[in-house]
Formats: sequence, C-alpha cells, structure tokens
Amino acid sequence: MGDIILKMSGIQKYFPGVHALDNAHLEVRSGEVLALVGENGAGKSTLMKILTGIYPKDGGTIEYFGEEIEIHGPKDAQERGICIVHQELNLMQDLTVAENIFIGRENTKGIFLDQAAQNKKTEELLASLNLHIPARTQVKRLTVAKQQMVEIAKALSHQNTKVLIMDEPSTALTNSEIEDLFKFIRRLKATGVGIIYISHRMDELKQITDRITVMRDGQYVDTVNTAETTIDQVVQMMVGRVIYEEPKSRSNVPADAPVILEAEHLVSNDVKDVSFQLRKGEILGFAGLMGAGRTETMRLLCGADEKDGGTIKVKGRETRINNPRDAVNAGIGYLSEDRKLFGLCLGLSVADNTALPSLDMLTKGGLVDDNKIHAVTSEYVDKIRIKTPATKTLIRSLSGGNQQKVVIAKWLYRNCDVLIFDEPTKGIDVGAKSEIYKLMNQLASEGKSIIMISSELPELLRMSDRVVVMCEGRVTGELDIAEATQEKIMTYATRREVD
Amino acid sequence: MAKADKKNAGGETLAHSKIDLQKMLAPAALVILYVFFSFAGNNFFTLDTFKNILESSYYIGFMAFGVTFIIITGGIDLSLGTVMMCSALMGAYVFKQLQWPLVVALLVTLGVGVFFGFLNGIFVAKLKLPPFISTLGTMMMSQGIGSILTKVQSQTWPTATEPVGGWFKKVFIRADIFGVKGFPVGALWLVGFFIIATLILHKTKFGRYVFAIGSNEEAARLSGINVDNWKVAVYTLSGFFVGMAGIMYAAAYTTITPGTGNGQEMNGITGVVIGGTSMAGGSGTMAGTLIGVFIMAVLKNGLSACGLQAPWQTFFTGLVVIGAVLLDIYRTKAANKVKKS
Repeated sequence: MGDIILKMSGIQKYFPGVHALDNAHLEVRSGEVLALVGENGAGKSTLMKILTGIYPKDGGTIEYFGEEIEIHGPKDAQERGICIVHQELNLMQDLTVAENIFIGRENTKGIFLDQAAQNKKTEELLASLNLHIPARTQVKRLTVAKQQMVEIAKALSHQNTKVLIMDEPSTALTNSEIEDLFKFIRRLKATGVGIIYISHRMDELKQITDRITVMRDGQYVDTVNTAETTIDQVVQMMVGRVIYEEPKSRSNVPADAPVILEAEHLVSNDVKDVSFQLRKGEILGFAGLMGAGRTETMRLLCGADEKDGGTIKVKGRETRINNPRDAVNAGIGYLSEDRKLFGLCLGLSVADNTALPSLDMLTKGGLVDDNKIHAVTSEYVDKIRIKTPATKTLIRSLSGGNQQKVVIAKWLYRNCDVLIFDEPTKGIDVGAKSEIYKLMNQLASEGKSIIMISSELPELLRMSDRVVVMCEGRVTGELDIAEATQEKIMTYATRREVD
Repeated sequence: MAKADKKNAGGETLAHSKIDLQKMLAPAALVILYVFFSFAGNNFFTLDTFKNILESSYYIGFMAFGVTFIIITGGIDLSLGTVMMCSALMGAYVFKQLQWPLVVALLVTLGVGVFFGFLNGIFVAKLKLPPFISTLGTMMMSQGIGSILTKVQSQTWPTATEPVGGWFKKVFIRADIFGVKGFPVGALWLVGFFIIATLILHKTKFGRYVFAIGSNEEAARLSGINVDNWKVAVYTLSGFFVGMAGIMYAAAYTTITPGTGNGQEMNGITGVVIGGTSMAGGSGTMAGTLIGVFIMAVLKNGLSACGLQAPWQTFFTGLVVIGAVLLDIYRTKAANKVKKS
C-alpha cells in the first residue's frame, strides 16, 4: 500500500439545527480501495460533499499530498484530481459516449465542435481502461453497467485524477457486471489512484476493499483492515448493536399448508411458461440474474402488465387478473423495487398513501373519513413500527426503510394475503434492513404468503423457505431452503436454454 | 440513530411552519392589494367597485375551479376559454334562434361544456394524447363549431328588461333582494360552487384520487385505482364547470361573438397558478384558486382605478404570475432540502 495522499481530520459540519459531522476523519492511501460505510444519515455523503467542494466545511483540516488545502467548489476539487462518481447516473441519455465524457469542455475548431478529435480522444481513453465501448454510441443504448463505466471514465478523463470516490456504484448492476466493475477497479488502483468506495452491500467490501472506515451519527468510529475483520464486526460498528434475523436452515412451512396462489404457464414477452405455487405462511424467494424475468413475472401476477397466456389460481379458484384492480381485489399486493416510481405518491402524506387502495372502506356518506384514515394509519404506524412524526407527514420526508413500511401498511390494510416484495431492501440501510426482515418473518408467521425477489443471495438464503430460480424468462430450478446454497442457485441462474 | 431521528423531527416542523406561512401568503397578498388600491386608486374603496370586482371574477372563477382538478392530476386544459364561449354561444342560439325555453338553453350551455370535457377526457385518458395537444385540438374545434353552427352571427342572451327570460340576469348576476339594490347574486353561485368544488377536491374519494394521480400516476394504478376512468371523470367535471362559466359569462356580458374565447383559458389557468397549485401536479387547493382569481380581479380593477389601462393590467398580471410561480419553486426547494438533510 502506498503513501497517504489525502487526510481529512476533525471535520465539522453544521446544518440549521443539525450537527451533521462531528470530528470526522478519513485517510486515503495511493493505490488502495477504502470502503466508507455507515447507515443512511451517518454522514458519509456529507463528508464526500465536503471533499468534492459541494459544501464548505465548518471546521477541521484537509491535507492533500502532505499540504493543507482549502477546496473552493466542485471545479477546484476536480482540478486538484478529486473526482466523484455519483450513485445516480448523471449521463445525458441521448448524447453519445464521447459527448457525455467531454461535456462542458468540448473540443472545438474555431466556433465549431471538433467531433472527430473528441471521439478519438474518447476511444483512446476507453481503450486505456480496457473498455470496449464505441465513442459514438448513444448512452441510452448501453447497459446500466456500461453506463456506469462511462461515468467512471468521465471522472478519469480529468487529467491527473488522484482520488476517485464511488458512491454505491454496484446498486444497479448484476453479479457479472459487478465482477467487471471490480476488475476495472483493481486495474485502476494499480495505477496508484486512491479509491473511496461507498456501499451498503457488505459482501462486496470483502472482495474489493483494502481498508474499511466506519461512520455513525456523523462521527468517525474506526478504520480496520478488511483482511483482519469480519462483516459482522463491521456491521456491529455501524449500528452499535448486533443485527439480522437468524438464517433459516429449514422451512417453517408445514408440508400440509394450503396452496394460496398458483401460477400456471404464465407467458408474456419476457416470461416464458412460468409455473409455481405459493403456500400459506411461506416466504418464497425468487433468485436470478438481472433480466431473468422475475420482476416481469410478478408484474403479470399483480396485473401491472397484461399476460399473453397462462392462468392464475388464488386459493384454488381460477382468477382473472387483467389489471392492477383485479389483483388488488384478489388480495395480491405488490411492493416494487422502485418505491418512488411505482409504490408511493411522494407528494402525499403517510396517511393518504396508506389509505389509497382502501378508500372505498374509508368513506362516510360520499365524503372521505379523515379521522378513520388517521386512526387506521396510527394503528399500522404502531404495529409495524413506522418512524414518522405524524400520520400527516409527507412521505418523501421519511427514510427509505420507513417508506417501504408504509407500502407494506397499505397492502396489509387492504387485506392482501399475498405480498410480493421486489428487492425489498434495495437502498435501505443495514438497521432498517433487519427491521424489514423481522417484519416479513412476522407477517409469514401470521399466515401471510410472501414472494421475495432479491439479487442478494445471502438475503434470499436467510429469508426464504423455498427458492425458485429463473433464467431468461424460465424457471430453471426450485430448491428447498434445506438444500439451497449460493453455488446451487448460481448454477440454475445461469442455466440458459438453448433453442 | 437518535441523532438522525432528532434531525428528521426538526426538519419536519421546519417544513410545516414554512409551508403554513406560504399558505397565508396569497390571502395576505389579496388583502394588501385591496388596501393599497383603496388608498392609491380613485373611487376604488366603494361598493360599486367591489361589485365590479365580483362580477368580473364569476366566469373566470368557474373556469379556474374546473381546471384546478385537471392541473392537480398533472394535466392542463387549453380549451377552457373557447369551450366556454362555444357553450354560451350555443345556449343563446337555441334560445334566440330556435326559440327554446331559457331553462333548456341553460342546460344546452352546460351540456356543451360537459361534452367537450368528456371529449378531452377520452383523448387524454383512453387515447393517451398529451393533455396539451388534445386540449389544443378541442380549443380549435370548439371555436370552429360555435362559429359554424351560428353562421358567424353574434348571439344575444336576454337582458334584465326583456319580457322573456328577463329573470336570467337577476338569477345569475344581480337582483334587488334581501333589501339590497343590485345584490350580487352571482357571488352566491360562485361561493356555493366553491364550497362544492372544495368538498369534492378535499373530502371525497374522487378528490383523493386526483391528488394521487397527479403525485404518481403509476403508483395509483398499481394500487388498484382505475386511473383512466377517473381521469375521464376529472375532465368531464371540469367541463361542467366550464359550462357554468359559460352561463356566468352570458349573464354578465349578454352578447356572445363567435370566434372569441381565445386567451380566456389563460385567465382561468393564471388564477390557479397564482393560488399556489403546482403545474407539476399532485398539490394545490381550491381556496388558493379562489384567492388567485380575486387577486387578478382586484389587480385589474385597482390598476384601472389608478388610471392605468388594459395593457398595464395585463403587464402586472404577468408579473404576479411570475412572482407566484417563483414562490412555488422556492417552496418546493425548501421542502426538498428538508428531505435531503
């Protein structure tokens, strides 16, 4: 490992009424990958925003190559060689790769753009990073992983990048794409760049990072060598307590539990003849790589898309599901992986979101009974421990985990017996994750049936009673939890049908 | 964790107090404007001016009530003005030319509004046309139809002194009742329908769905709400209000000229925007719309009392729109800041 190139010490940051950072530390060496972990609100982002010049600091010092510096704005940070790849992709989808990389500093000949030179430079840059992406391709034609690489290439296209910050770069990637990303990171660190890697995925830290810095509540907790620590120790440092539900070694569902939901030969564009059964009180995991057709299958079950063929039986009776209304009436509730897009009305209150599918039950003489909505919502706020100042609070001011709980409350009140969780812990911090797990187990033990799609295998193995594995729109395997292992699941998940 | 909680709670109260302050801004602006013009204007602080302010806001108010629903769903209606004129034109036509009873003529007026509203709803919800385009289309269609059917002849509604239908103005605009000479009856209609619109928007399932659709249409659909049908209902309801606006316009101005109405939609939409309803959908209030409409009316009458004529009135109304929307953006930003911290 190389010399210390960046040292932030005693960083203070105040926002109105909030002490966001209190004595935060960070040290980056050249040629290392430093993980920066902590729950949401721990201060990681704030610290990175100070480092990249987005916020001014209120105290402390930044040493860069042994010299104390002040960072005046994002441009200053970039010029000094400190670059960040944000969690959300900031690419312009309709522009080409080259245009995106050189946006704001285009090559010009007189008053005209010099596209040729720009494309050439881009191709050289991409080749030096061992990326095979044509410079003239529109960004929207690339996979999310490739877009991520373009984003990184853009960061590196600034001359002399010395510190590269990656904020949850793997969130949108499949396992094989993550492998590519890691290879890329390893090559990068060999060139002496210091990388700060922010992630919620604990298993990744072991694979790619050299050291781990933990933050909690705006404060520095500790820095440890990755090789000498366990994930559980890191997680404990993050939350200050032991977490996670016990993993399952055998199914909790009795063999004679009634079948609640039966899908037979479901067919659509992306779903090819999918059949499975779901029992009462069961947590049925759905594993597969991205694009395996899991979400698409579930969208058929909940009526979000129309199916081209196949039947759905609810409690033994064939049920027509052509639109979401049919599904809701049949007691199927869908919790999308993208809460903000498909699950919640962000501009409305906790209470209104909870009541949305059930308003028919909450009107009195044609008028909405707000008192009852408030009472019902309060009941669920207590029951599933939603942390919200009031039921009237706008849902967008809640944390991800609590937003997810509101979606759960909404379906529970609608009396849904089948809950479909699509990546239920995506973008949720560790503490809230374990709460969601606990809640799912509690619901299953109360007799609700749960389908859980997850791309995190440890999570699937921890939660499921049974795992269905899909690949390219087909069910390629089904495993009881007692026999399921990561290896077996991956074997099925990559078993492509040869037509 | 404890720290994070405190932060959230703090942010929340901050947001609430700010938004509440913002809520008071529009009513306060209305009062300030009124007081200002009372001192600055000639003969502004009189009963007659007050009645003028009321009377010039009736039809705009009804248009604005209707389009408030649409804008909260995230849509827009450009056909307000021409549909209003078309409906008033058709009503007058069947009354004067076809000699139908006045009550039937009023129903025709409402019917034309409802019809075009329904048409907009079908275009937007079922045929998936962008609201801007489909209402641009019906804006031109309604203007054309009105002219064609009346053979481009101006049509008149009965005046207060006419033997047949002389009650028209008395019922809708002013009458000597409650011991008051020229009591502004129209205000009762406006307030009555304001209360109805408020109840529909803020207290019914329909209203809740309007907000839900505007906030996140897909989430609403996945919650089992038949979004398309509700949208048709929203545009149709708005069409009804536009028909009411047609009646109020007819009662106030008597003569309806074919080929007009262009630009009136902006009066309605402006009222909604000044009232704090977001053009992005998902938020807004009926009370805000009412106040927005009155702010425009006070501004117009006040400026004219100060000796500034129509061009100045238009200019200042534009200024107020920009100011109101800037405030809206500022408010959204403030709310987002709280979310991120």
